[in-house]
Amino acid sequence: MIITRPRDWARIEVRLDALGARRVFVMGCGQCATVAGTGGEAEVLEAKAVLERSGREVTGWSVGEVACHAGGQRLETREHASELAAADAVLVLACGAGVQTMADAVEDTPVLPGLESVFLGNVVRHGVFEERCQMCGDCVLDRTAGICPVTTCPKGLLNGPCGGMWNGMCEVLEDRECTHVRIRRRLAQQGRTGESVPLPPKDYSKKLKPGKVDLRAASHGKGGTS
Amino acid sequence: MSRLRTLLEEGTFVVTGEIAPPRGTDLSAMRASVELMRPACHALNVTDNQGASLHLSSLAASRVVLDMGVEPIFQQTCRDRNRLALQSDLLAAWTLGLENLLVVTGDDPRGGDHPQAKGVFDLDSTQLLEVASFANAGTDMLGRPLKGGTSFYLGAAMFPEAEPWDIQRARIEEKMAAGARFFQTQAVFDIDKLARATDVVHELGGKVIAGILLLRSLKAIDFINQRLAGLMVPETISDRIRGAADPGEEAVLLGIEQARAARDVADGIHIMPLGLDGQVARIVSEAGIVVEAAGLERNDL
Repeated sequence: MIITRPRDWARIEVRLDALGARRVFVMGCGQCATVAGTGGEAEVLEAKAVLERSGREVTGWSVGEVACHAGGQRLETREHASELAAADAVLVLACGAGVQTMADAVEDTPVLPGLESVFLGNVVRHGVFEERCQMCGDCVLDRTAGICPVTTCPKGLLNGPCGGMWNGMCEVLEDRECTHVRIRRRLAQQGRTGESVPLPPKDYSKKLKPGKVDLRAASHGKGGTS
Repeated sequence: MSRLRTLLEEGTFVVTGEIAPPRGTDLSAMRASVELMRPACHALNVTDNQGASLHLSSLAASRVVLDMGVEPIFQQTCRDRNRLALQSDLLAAWTLGLENLLVVTGDDPRGGDHPQAKGVFDLDSTQLLEVASFANAGTDMLGRPLKGGTSFYLGAAMFPEAEPWDIQRARIEEKMAAGARFFQTQAVFDIDKLARATDVVHELGGKVIAGILLLRSLKAIDFINQRLAGLMVPETISDRIRGAADPGEEAVLLGIEQARAARDVADGIHIMPLGLDGQVARIVSEAGIVVEAAGLERNDL
């Protein structure tokens, strides 16, 4: 899931003031931002209260099923059409994808991010999220015993440890075990010690930027990615 | 041909020192450091934005050192440049007459003076060694011919005291397979651990230059323990500096002892003076190391 955290509220206020926005509509997200505790109903209502305390009017609010789904977001905006029409700005408590989906759905109204999108997270346990994958498009997990060095080494080194490793610990995040020590230990555990030969440099041309996958084009024989 | 390589391969015990380019364009302090160390050093490392903090480039500063008649060891980190820029700088370094290359990962930007910077790390140190080996073979990293290649003497960093040792050992083997011919170590405090590392390197035909760090004060020790990559000063050493009437003098005496001990184990010493540049010549001479013809003759250039 996409992990978000609250945006510095002062930055939101500055933008609302710059836009002269007295009336605001607040949109949350029923998926990731709800699980992350940043854009569910409780947080949307909290944002509403803060906006009202600073003298703004909240014309309406909604937490749709999933903020990044274009079709779903269009339905949501139709349901709240009059409240949105009355708003000078829309504050979206969702990831950047959700903010842009909303911006496409209400093109004539300024849309503001209410959260910062920080990473693709594993849910380690309830309320604890960790970044394990950066979606690089060139996976090395088969070579690294299922531990991604690009993501979990703070320097993103494919081969390591670097010179900063001390007693198996990382130099940058000192309370963490060095990713490369973990990788080599698990490879050894699997009887794969000899496999820890240097990995070649990553192929960044495989990172789709901007990413696009069109399954419909694929089914028409046009290739699924671009 | 690199004189450092010639000396090491003929079995001369070498001494290298270290200088940091200025944070600005005024080269006078750097030149003064070079003058202080040149009588005692066969070559000088020139650091690359050390501590992830802004300095004049190692490329330009290495050439300044060469122009002063001292052989530089051009340091390149993987932190600040992608593979295009790294290869481009390798070619530039060779055309500028820089023949020794030390490849290191580089400290994380979060510990430096521009913590907002993006750490590039497009290549890691092992990969950059491989890339430099390709340049030495006259091709780019994808194997396509260059119009004129390089012939660098390739070095890498090593930390003999870091555990787990089996991983350090594997790293030595990987870096040598990638082209490293000499290692410069981080500060050595335990000579037995240095010996286990040199055994591995010597078996593979490489050379080891042992790192000697001059710890002139408790402040310096704290700085190292807190800020420098993976260095931990043992308590026996810090107690000795703490208990000394003149900590600077004690650091020099310690350096002399370490240099003497390294003579029996390593192929050279690398002195990191941390401000005690003026003491390098004394350490070398009192350790009984003879540095003949330090620096370069002008006609070598």
